[in-house]
Amino acid sequence: MNKMVKSSLIAVGLLSNSAIAFAGCGITAGTVNIIGNEFPAIQTIGAAASECAGEGVEVSTNLTKEHKEIQVPGLSGDPAEYTAAIVANSSIVPLMNDGLVRPLDDLIAKHGGNFTDKQKITIGGKVMAIGFMANAQHLVYRKDILEQAGVEPPTSYEDVLAVAEVIKSKGIMKYPFGAAYAAGWGIAQEFNNMFLGHGGDFFIEGSPMPNINNQMGVDSLNMMKSLTAYMNPDFLTLNNNEINAEWKAGNLAIMQMWGSRAGPLLSDEGSAPGVAENTVLFNPPTVGDGKVPATTLWWDGFTIARNISDEDAEASYLALVNAIDPKIMTDEVASQAVWMIDGYKPTPASAGVFATIEAGAKPYPMIPYESLLHSALGAELPDFFSGKESAEKTLADVEAAYIVAAKEKGFIN
Amino acid sequence: MLLFIFLPIISVITQSLHIAHEQVFVEVENCDFFGCKKSTSVDRAATEQLRSEKPLGRFVGLDNYFNRSHLASSELAAAWESSASLGEFYNQLFNLPLYRAIIFTLVYTAVVTPLLIIFGFIVAVAVNSINEKLKGLVIFFSLLPMIVTPLVGSLILFWMIDARGIIGSTLQILLDNPDLSLKASTPLTWITLIVYGVWHATPFAFVVFYAGLQTLPQDTLESAMIDGASRWERIRYVVIPHLMPLVTFVALIQLMDNFRVFEPIVGFNASAHATSLSWIIYNDLDGESRLLSSASTTSVLTIIGVIILLSPVLVRAWRDWDRQA
Repeated sequence: MNKMVKSSLIAVGLLSNSAIAFAGCGITAGTVNIIGNEFPAIQTIGAAASECAGEGVEVSTNLTKEHKEIQVPGLSGDPAEYTAAIVANSSIVPLMNDGLVRPLDDLIAKHGGNFTDKQKITIGGKVMAIGFMANAQHLVYRKDILEQAGVEPPTSYEDVLAVAEVIKSKGIMKYPFGAAYAAGWGIAQEFNNMFLGHGGDFFIEGSPMPNINNQMGVDSLNMMKSLTAYMNPDFLTLNNNEINAEWKAGNLAIMQMWGSRAGPLLSDEGSAPGVAENTVLFNPPTVGDGKVPATTLWWDGFTIARNISDEDAEASYLALVNAIDPKIMTDEVASQAVWMIDGYKPTPASAGVFATIEAGAKPYPMIPYESLLHSALGAELPDFFSGKESAEKTLADVEAAYIVAAKEKGFIN
Repeated sequence: MLLFIFLPIISVITQSLHIAHEQVFVEVENCDFFGCKKSTSVDRAATEQLRSEKPLGRFVGLDNYFNRSHLASSELAAAWESSASLGEFYNQLFNLPLYRAIIFTLVYTAVVTPLLIIFGFIVAVAVNSINEKLKGLVIFFSLLPMIVTPLVGSLILFWMIDARGIIGSTLQILLDNPDLSLKASTPLTWITLIVYGVWHATPFAFVVFYAGLQTLPQDTLESAMIDGASRWERIRYVVIPHLMPLVTFVALIQLMDNFRVFEPIVGFNASAHATSLSWIIYNDLDGESRLLSSASTTSVLTIIGVIILLSPVLVRAWRDWDRQA
């Protein structure tokens, strides 16, 4: 059995053993239906919330990779299909834009909860979500390969290029670097990282007009292009899953990867011999003379739907507060994420994300039109990498595509 | 008809003529684990007010059809003005999302449809002439490509044609080019998708033609044999004319099917090199901010495209029908 499945089963098992301690969760009646992303940490939260099911209280969850497509329609109805959504700093924005989630201040005042003030995500002074974990992309490297090549771990993208060149020229690996450059969300996110690392701002201050067709944008694209020389030539089709598989097969020496996916990389299961024990989670790199690392910080938290009865809202709030209670923090659960919950002790899998926070990376912007720019980048950037056009032309195309979408959504008039 | 065809089409047309209301912004302070930051947010109360007055949004006429994401009239005019040669104009055309999708969709449809009819026919004739005992088994295996779910089929091939996959590496050795990658170049990606399309749809043509072969008039065949017609002549003058109505049928169905090519592009992660009309619609609806009006506009354009594409076949079928009646 897959280790991830196993660990979540163990987590579920542990939780059910301690069910007596949670019994009822203080809910008397109501329906709870949670929509969220699907990875081990979120599964733990979903399972813990489900523990609150009982007499008159129904708890169901829909944890899926397709949550982004479902959440807006799923929360739009009146009453809404889902009573709660587990979101990240990007996916809360469309819910906020359409006013589909409710402020939690009343519920916090009435029921409290075992979480710290730091976990409250406030927008315009109102608590809109309760955060429970942090995430970020950072570097991962193979200690043995770097030693064999006689190089130091890279702290900037310029170093990554140098290290990759040494590994390649010594004939150790042909394509030593890996990152999720697949057309679409992935490559757009890598551009975002690089652009923020250069000190860029995506929009002209205080306006929805894009601001990426400039020297920083061009430098970002050129750095990405230089990196692709050391990547599998199929890079425009490779997502996180494929890159992780390459890593586990021992085909990569350095890669940019999500903290939330680090746990399985450190485990022997499914890895070629010698890979897991030499895998080191490292800080995110800087780029150019940028002061902040070329990456973004993310949080995951829960929100409560607006278009539901107060009874269901209270039940959902209580079930999820119960799910993020410090009591859930077993060793198994701790290794699944970088939790922002009291009582969490950092594990080896969290090293990269903590290094990212330490280095002062910027959070992914919570701006209403950010996701439109992200989509436009994902659709237009591949032309630059397949050599069809110049960096300036590509960035001009991105801005043009974004402006059309932003007009349709009513952001630009 | 009314419920499942007419009403949805009316709804997409209506949607394609509207865009969302003007959004009202407010400056707010956002706080999370990582600190507080001034940011823009949508003023929900003000926007809600606008929306309740006019739930459809703002009427913009045909603006959605002529913007850069669709027919791109002004970009097209500018490209025509600025380009010195047809090649240059084509490059600029290929840079506009809708035209890029239309070009791939048309090439795919135009290449895959005749090929699958030819292959389907060859397989049907071949299977028809083998030993009765083997027939059942051979028919089953010939149908497999159609039975496999398109997404699963393309995912399996996705891994096999990877630079490190079994087909990818074999091609590298055979062509003596260690840097060869089927997924990294646009023409090779197109060829891969077309080969996949033919592989996937040939069984359909095969089944139809095979059924047709069972109704071949045996006496015509025998008299042709007595007249000394070779095997090829029998196929050319007896079998093919007999199957012609079925060819029209297969062409009709497959033109429609191929025109909305979608699954292989997703399965092969091929959107960097090839997009289709269906893929554009999917891409607009995917992700966090759904572009409903844009997707509707592309849908209407796709419907128009299908009508144009099918008109010759439909006219032909109509004439045949008329003649018989």
